[in-house]
Amino acid sequence: MPLDHLRALEAESLHILREVVAEFERPVMLYSIGKDSSVMLRLAQKAFFPGPIPFPLLHVDTTYKFREMIEFRDRCTAGAGVRLIVHANEEAIADGTQPFLVGTQRCCGLLKTRALLDALQAGGFDAAFGGARRDEERSRAKERIFSLRDSKGQWDPKRQRPELWNLLNGRVGPGESIRVFPLSNWTEIDVWRYIDAEHIPIVPLYFAKEREVIVRGDALLIPEQGFVPCLPGERPQRVRCRMRSLGCSPCTGAVRSTADTVPKIIEELIASRHSERQLRVIDHDQDGSMELKKREGYF
Amino acid sequence: MSGLLRICTAGSVDDGKSTLIGRLLYDSRAVYEDQVTSVEKASRNRTAGPIDFSLFTDGLKAEREQGITIDVAYRYFATSARTFILADTPGHEQYTRNMATGASTADVAVLLVDARHGVRVQSRRHARIARLLGIRHFVVAVNKMDLVDFDRGVFETISDDFTELLHGTTIHPIPLSALHGDNVITRSERTPWFDERCLLQFLETVDVDRAPADKPFRFPVQLVIRPNDGFRGYAGQIVSGTVRPGDVVTAWPSGRSAHVTRLVTWDGDLDVAHAPMSMTLTLDADVDISRGDVLAAGPAHIGRRFAAEVVWMDERPLDPSRVYLLKFGARTVTAEVDRGLFLNQIAAVTVTTAQPVVFDRYADNRSTGSFILIDPATNFTAGAGMIADPLGEAPVHVEYPSAAERLARLARAAPSDGDAVEAVRRALEEILI
Repeated sequence: MPLDHLRALEAESLHILREVVAEFERPVMLYSIGKDSSVMLRLAQKAFFPGPIPFPLLHVDTTYKFREMIEFRDRCTAGAGVRLIVHANEEAIADGTQPFLVGTQRCCGLLKTRALLDALQAGGFDAAFGGARRDEERSRAKERIFSLRDSKGQWDPKRQRPELWNLLNGRVGPGESIRVFPLSNWTEIDVWRYIDAEHIPIVPLYFAKEREVIVRGDALLIPEQGFVPCLPGERPQRVRCRMRSLGCSPCTGAVRSTADTVPKIIEELIASRHSERQLRVIDHDQDGSMELKKREGYF
Repeated sequence: MSGLLRICTAGSVDDGKSTLIGRLLYDSRAVYEDQVTSVEKASRNRTAGPIDFSLFTDGLKAEREQGITIDVAYRYFATSARTFILADTPGHEQYTRNMATGASTADVAVLLVDARHGVRVQSRRHARIARLLGIRHFVVAVNKMDLVDFDRGVFETISDDFTELLHGTTIHPIPLSALHGDNVITRSERTPWFDERCLLQFLETVDVDRAPADKPFRFPVQLVIRPNDGFRGYAGQIVSGTVRPGDVVTAWPSGRSAHVTRLVTWDGDLDVAHAPMSMTLTLDADVDISRGDVLAAGPAHIGRRFAAEVVWMDERPLDPSRVYLLKFGARTVTAEVDRGLFLNQIAAVTVTTAQPVVFDRYADNRSTGSFILIDPATNFTAGAGMIADPLGEAPVHVEYPSAAERLARLARAAPSDGDAVEAVRRALEEILI
C-alpha cells in the first residue's frame, strides 16, 4: 500500500509539528501570509485535531506588505480560531526606515530580522516554526529540520547537529532556541499541488489579473507605497500579472501571467524554469546573501 | 511502491561527486535558470570551465571558497517517472557523520569513485557506513572515465573490487563522466561495451523493497490529545505495519492490551491506516499511556540492555564513565555505553538504559531499531546507533561503578583541583537532570 508522495510529505510534517509541541515549552508559528504559511496553518490544524492549535501565530509586519495580504491574514487566522501576534519594529519605522532610503539590506535587517528577534524574545518563545524549504536557496539546502540558534537567534552552519532518521534532537541550552522547518522536504510544486488537493485558501495576489504596475526591465512593480518612485519616462501601466512569492510591496515583483487558478499556476510553474526567489531583491544583494542573513538571525 | 526515492551520494574528495549531482540536476532541468546565471557568474571568478556544476550543490561560503563540500545538502528533483530526494554528503573524513546522516533515510546509495584511483580508504568507509545504515541498493559510479580513455578493463576491475566489498547487496556499476555527461541521463556512445541502464534510468526504475506496511504494527506515541473529557487520543506516525479499528494492540512498556476504536484524522475517521501515515488513534480501555510509549502488534523486544553498532559524531569522545541521553522513537532515557569511541569511529557496543525500552533489530525495522545519543552537557547529537541484538541484564557490579566511584574517578583524572571541582560539578548536574 504505497503512500502518494504528497501524503508522505504531509505525514512527515505532522510528525515534526508534534515533536516540537511535545518537547518545547513555548512554540510559536511564524506566519508570513504567503502560500507556505497557508500550508503550515493547515498542517497545524491536522496535527492536533480534534484539539485546537496549541501555539500562537506570529506575523512580523514590516508595514510594507500588500493591503490584500493583511486582509487575508485577519480573515484566515480568525477562521482557524488561532491567536495571532503582530509585531513591528515601530521605532525603526518611525525613523523612516524604508528600502529606497536605507537600502534593502539594512531595511530587512531592521524590519524583519531585528523585529523577529525582538518578538521571539518578548514572547519568550523557545521554538519557532518557519515555512522555509530546502529547495528555495542553496544555503537553505543545508538547513536542518531543527535549526539550533544561539541566544542572539543566530545560525552557525559549522555547529549544526547531525539529524538521522526521524529522530529530532530538541535539547537546547539556556537562552538557545530552535527554528523548525516542517516543510524542509517540500518543493515549490509540492506546495502548490497540496494547496490544490486540499483547497487551501491563499492570498488573491497569487492569481493573475490585470493590475496597475510600473514596468522596469523584467520587473513589474506594484506601486502600493507612496514612496515607490516612477523613474523618468515610467508611468503605471495595466498588465495581466500575478505574484509568485509574497514579500514587501516595494521589493517584490510581479510576473506576467494568465494563471488565474491553482491548476493553471502549477502548469505555468512546470513550464517555467525561473526559481521563485529570483523576484525577491534581497537574496541577490551579494553572493551568499541568504547565508549571511541566516547567520544574523533571519529564517 | 511509493513514487518517492531517497538517494544518498558518497565518495572521496575530488571524485567529482558534487559535479555529478550538479550535472544530474542541470540535465534533468531541476536547476533553475537564475541559479544557472548566478553559478555562471561565480564560475567566471574561478578557474573551472564554463559551468562549474559543483556550485549548484555547494551551498555555504566556506565550501565555495575551499572548493569542497562540508555539510550534507538536500536536493529535490522529479522526472515523469519518479520524485527524488537526494542527500549530497561530504567526502572529507571529518565530516563522515554527515555521510551517516544522509544514509540514514536513503533507499539507494550512489558511491562515486575516480576511475584513475579505484577503491580508496574513503570508498571502503562510505560503503561500510551506507551498508551499516541499512542501504541495500548501490550504484558504483566509476567517474572520470574520459581520463582513462573509457577503458573497459579499468571499469571492470573497480566493479569487481566493489562487488567483493558490498557482497550481499544489489550493485549496479556504471562507467561515467560527470563533467561531460556520459551515462548520466543518456547512454554514452563512448562506452559501446556497456549495455546496462545509465544512472538516471537506474534511479527511475530501481525497485526498493521498503514495504514497512507489511511489517508488524509499531506506533510510537508522540502526544496524548485531550481537547475535552470525552476524547483521549494518541497521536503519532505509524513507523511500520497496518492498523484497523477492532485490532488488538499492546502498549509498551506497560504490556497492557486494548482494542483500537477509531483512527482519527482532520479529514475524517479512517477504516485502515498504514506506515508512514500520521494520525491519532483511540482505544476501548483506559490504559495509562503517555508520550514515548509504543503501541505494537506482534512480538517486540523489551529490556534495558542491547548490543548496537554506534557511529560516533562528536569531537568529544564517547566516555563510558558518563551518562548520555538516548532518544529512541518519541522516548528519551538516560543510558550508558560500555566502551569509549572517538570522532568517526564505528564499533559494536553494549548500551544499558535506565528505563526499559521497546525495540526491534535494526535489520528488521529501521525506525524502532535506531537511536541517537545526546551529550547532556553540550546537547550535541553525539552518536547514532543501530540495534543488533537484545541482551540480558548484566550483574550490576561488573558493568557499573557506583555514582560515588565515578565521581572519585573523574576527580582523580582531572589535571588540577579547579578542573576536578568543575568535572564533579558537571557530572552531578548530569546525574540530577
